[in-house]
Amino acid sequence: MSAYRFLVNGAPAEVEAPGMRRLLDVLREDLGLTGTKEGCGEGECGACSVLLDGQVVDACLVPVCQVEGRIVRTVEGLSLAARERGSLDSLQEAFLEHGAAQCGICTPGMLMAARAYLDAGGGPDEEPIREAIAGNLCRCTGYTKIVDAIAAVATPLD
Amino acid sequence: MPAEPPIDTPRHLFEAYGHLAAGPSRPIAGGTDIMVAITGELGAIPERMLDLSRIDELRGISLEAGRLVLGARTTYTEIRRSALCREHLPALVEAAATIGAAQIQNRGTLGGNIANASPAGDTLPILLAADAVILVGGQRGEREISANEFFPEYRKTALAPDELILQVRFPLGGGRELRFRKVGTRRAQSISKVVIALGWRGGASGWSDVRVALGSVAATPVRARATEAVLEGTHPTPEVADRAAETLAGELKPIDDVRSTADYRRMVSARILHRLLRDAGGW
Repeated sequence: MSAYRFLVNGAPAEVEAPGMRRLLDVLREDLGLTGTKEGCGEGECGACSVLLDGQVVDACLVPVCQVEGRIVRTVEGLSLAARERGSLDSLQEAFLEHGAAQCGICTPGMLMAARAYLDAGGGPDEEPIREAIAGNLCRCTGYTKIVDAIAAVATPLD
Repeated sequence: MPAEPPIDTPRHLFEAYGHLAAGPSRPIAGGTDIMVAITGELGAIPERMLDLSRIDELRGISLEAGRLVLGARTTYTEIRRSALCREHLPALVEAAATIGAAQIQNRGTLGGNIANASPAGDTLPILLAADAVILVGGQRGEREISANEFFPEYRKTALAPDELILQVRFPLGGGRELRFRKVGTRRAQSISKVVIALGWRGGASGWSDVRVALGSVAATPVRARATEAVLEGTHPTPEVADRAAETLAGELKPIDDVRSTADYRRMVSARILHRLLRDAGGW
């Protein structure tokens, strides 16, 4: 067991854990951030997607020792700035408006993959959006509404 | 869920060498293979792990003495974004783009793909077709190993237990050309049914140093030597392409498994080679 320190959603976190513990387990079990879901646990489904130093990663494949001193953002942190205004993140609003969430298990990971895409300057074209969420499986929506929601946020307002 | 063996996190290569010399220690870089492999369901759990993620000596992409040199920790995302890779080794950029999806490309490394030594490793046929050299090192010193000699048998490498992969060195110039194609169930996230890399040097008197390398069709990434011999000294005409494709279909000995069948792999490999030759011939 060692102590690991890093930022989660803007706040410092410190956990005592074996270095090989999955970031997914640290988030859910040690830090109580259960917004991040476990789907397959082997890097296929993307349900546990979080941002690590701004890059989307599967939290089930990241040992916590590699997170020391770094910046983690989870779905709980998506709306932090917006919440002060009493609203959701623009992506979350768009998912609601477009019916882009059904059963919900892919939604947190889908939102984080989409956020990484938008933060990197991604635009509203379908092809690159589909590539950006290619690592996130959704068994309900057929993806179209998710793509529409992301495109809506990526479309510059006149 | 993966086991949680103790892990060392050295900052420098010499410290990592010390850990490896002291006893068995399983290196982990991006973790995209290892974190899935050490659950205990797929063989013994390593006693110790060695975290490479803080060793900056394993990073970087540069041109050195006519070679494109990639540090072992170079991620697929870094390969895709690298102006040097795009200019000098676009086939590797293409391969990197077909591996997993963003989550895997942000974490998975070229060195990891090599160390994992899967017969389906998507970058490995490129290494073979490009005559790449792998630099490895340990307390006993550094040595270069040809990619062609790096994968002796199923999931085995030429790496000694106390050595790490440091760099991959790709020779450039001399009219070298390289093409890549992958066939999987879907574009993202799929493990290959067939992956093929075709390399050659162009010239007025025909192609030379032809390389046909494939993944997912044998226990290791392989070169199709008989097919290479058919193409050597020729131009990619329709007749040559027919003969090469036929030779390849006869030469390959793939297997049936969960991802595909031997027949499919043989047929698709031949057809992809034919198309690559057609594209190269411009007909």
